[in-house]
Amino acid sequence: MRVATAPAELLLLTGAEAAAHAMRQLNPDVVPVYPITPQTPIIETFAQFVADGLCDAEIVNVESEHSALSAAVGASCAGARVITATSAQGLALMLEIVYIAASMRCPIVIAVGSRALSGPINIHCDHSDSMMARDTGCVQLFAENAQEAYDLMIMAQRLAEDRRVLVPVMVMQDGFTITHSAEPVALLPDAIVKEFVGEYEPLYSLLDTDHPTTQGPFALPDYYFELKRQQVDALEAARTVWLEIQRRFAEISGRRYEGFFEEYKLSDAEYVLVLLSSTAGTAKVVIDRLRRRGIKVGLIKPWVFRPFPARELARALADRRAVAILDRAISLGSWGPLYLEISAAVGRYLQKRPVLYNYIYGLGGRDTPPELLASVVTDMCNEADPTVLRYLGLRE
Amino acid sequence: MIEIRWHGRGGQGAKTVSQLLAGAALRSGRYAQAFPEYGPERSGAPVKAFNRLDTKEIRLHCSIYEPDIVVVLDPTLLHAKEARVTEGLKRHGILLVNTGQTPEEIRALTGFSGRIITLDAEALARSVGTRFSNVVMLGALARLLGDIALEDLESEFAKLFGEKALAINVAALRAGFSAMTERLGQKPLEAIS
Repeated sequence: MRVATAPAELLLLTGAEAAAHAMRQLNPDVVPVYPITPQTPIIETFAQFVADGLCDAEIVNVESEHSALSAAVGASCAGARVITATSAQGLALMLEIVYIAASMRCPIVIAVGSRALSGPINIHCDHSDSMMARDTGCVQLFAENAQEAYDLMIMAQRLAEDRRVLVPVMVMQDGFTITHSAEPVALLPDAIVKEFVGEYEPLYSLLDTDHPTTQGPFALPDYYFELKRQQVDALEAARTVWLEIQRRFAEISGRRYEGFFEEYKLSDAEYVLVLLSSTAGTAKVVIDRLRRRGIKVGLIKPWVFRPFPARELARALADRRAVAILDRAISLGSWGPLYLEISAAVGRYLQKRPVLYNYIYGLGGRDTPPELLASVVTDMCNEADPTVLRYLGLRE
Repeated sequence: MIEIRWHGRGGQGAKTVSQLLAGAALRSGRYAQAFPEYGPERSGAPVKAFNRLDTKEIRLHCSIYEPDIVVVLDPTLLHAKEARVTEGLKRHGILLVNTGQTPEEIRALTGFSGRIITLDAEALARSVGTRFSNVVMLGALARLLGDIALEDLESEFAKLFGEKALAINVAALRAGFSAMTERLGQKPLEAIS
């Protein structure tokens, strides 16, 4: 996603500040948070906005992330627009309630600064926390930079609250690399965002005592399965709604998110890198350099990981010579989560399959400079063995 | 693209000046990034902060290994082996040090063969009534870069400081800017841009 704005119209913001500005403009009713480590500066910045009277959300400080999301579920069932934010161990502690929020169809937006999970204790960026939450029933969006973190937060609110969807939406930005780095961001006018997301009108509200409902009851073997199937349908519907929302977002912002993933120099690419988030920016620089040397390499950067765009990705990878999928998380005892998805998609939809490689990179905040990404393309060009899991920047 | 690495100690404001510089660069029409060395902050421990400045959108999201300019906010870091202030610094790059020592003395200490500029920012800061020599160094760096307007830095300062602190910090900034003007004479920075 390229920023087409002149520098003069941009503000210097960290990714965390950009997400906080989105929250200020979305003006949620309730923001339950655990305000201590591993919280990101998203909430610190947002709390300042509230204290300064710039928006009238009620911040509920609680004693743990488990409580934060529990309070979020309660507020959401009462009919409130709810946003929270967390990271790493915080998301891990929240996880039990993430499943419940999704199954109760609470349209909560959760801003996540993606970070490593303990142990060992680390705090730095990787996608272990985000990937841990991939089976919860939430939509998962991944931002490359502070601009995308802002844009995706705004689109997330509308996506979550669409009555065809009604599930939590997680908006991931890379911990530290984006949350704590300042770079140019274009904000939309407050009124435009307000109009874009509209007023939240809950389908059912616990506070609507004229129309009492039961929420979160038991569902034993006679109903549990059917309710899970409804969550499948909700995420399927999220695909359609996402495409609608991104078209509308382009109208108000001029910034185009087309489809489920960004394609960079892909059309004639023989070799393709697939990866999420901030490292995609570095990969674009590498691709430009390699193309000057005549190597036809391109990039796919998924914005949407859940629902997984399997058919679209398989189509984009058809007729390529080789594809390297770079994962910033590992399913220990197996391979990288993004690789496993793409491998399944390619197997399902393509007769003629490209050679697929899987690299694990950047765990625990290990930096990934351009040379490492270039070495992946070199491996593909040299027809390295695709049957082994590869590690990037690991000392062995 | 110009890549800058700041060396300071936790609490000396390396991260703050890197963000002020990036904000001012953006106002002056350049794209900019500012990021600290990530991790838990410890007061007094060696810390680093980084800037990228460019005329085009910046897409790199990795650390900086071969900076064009290194700014040392605390001269004691020159003796701290773990700080490695000249590591990766380009041969044609610039080492800007807050110290009362001469460039020749710093060359002997660091072994750096490129251009070394020294500035007693601590004394300059004291002369305007502040202990934050980082702001003096920011003014000096802005002058060295050549196309960061003093007014744009002052606009960034106005977002950060109250009235009284603003006046002192602007004075410190200008002291650094003027001192660098004296150092440079008529030699601008085209060597690395």
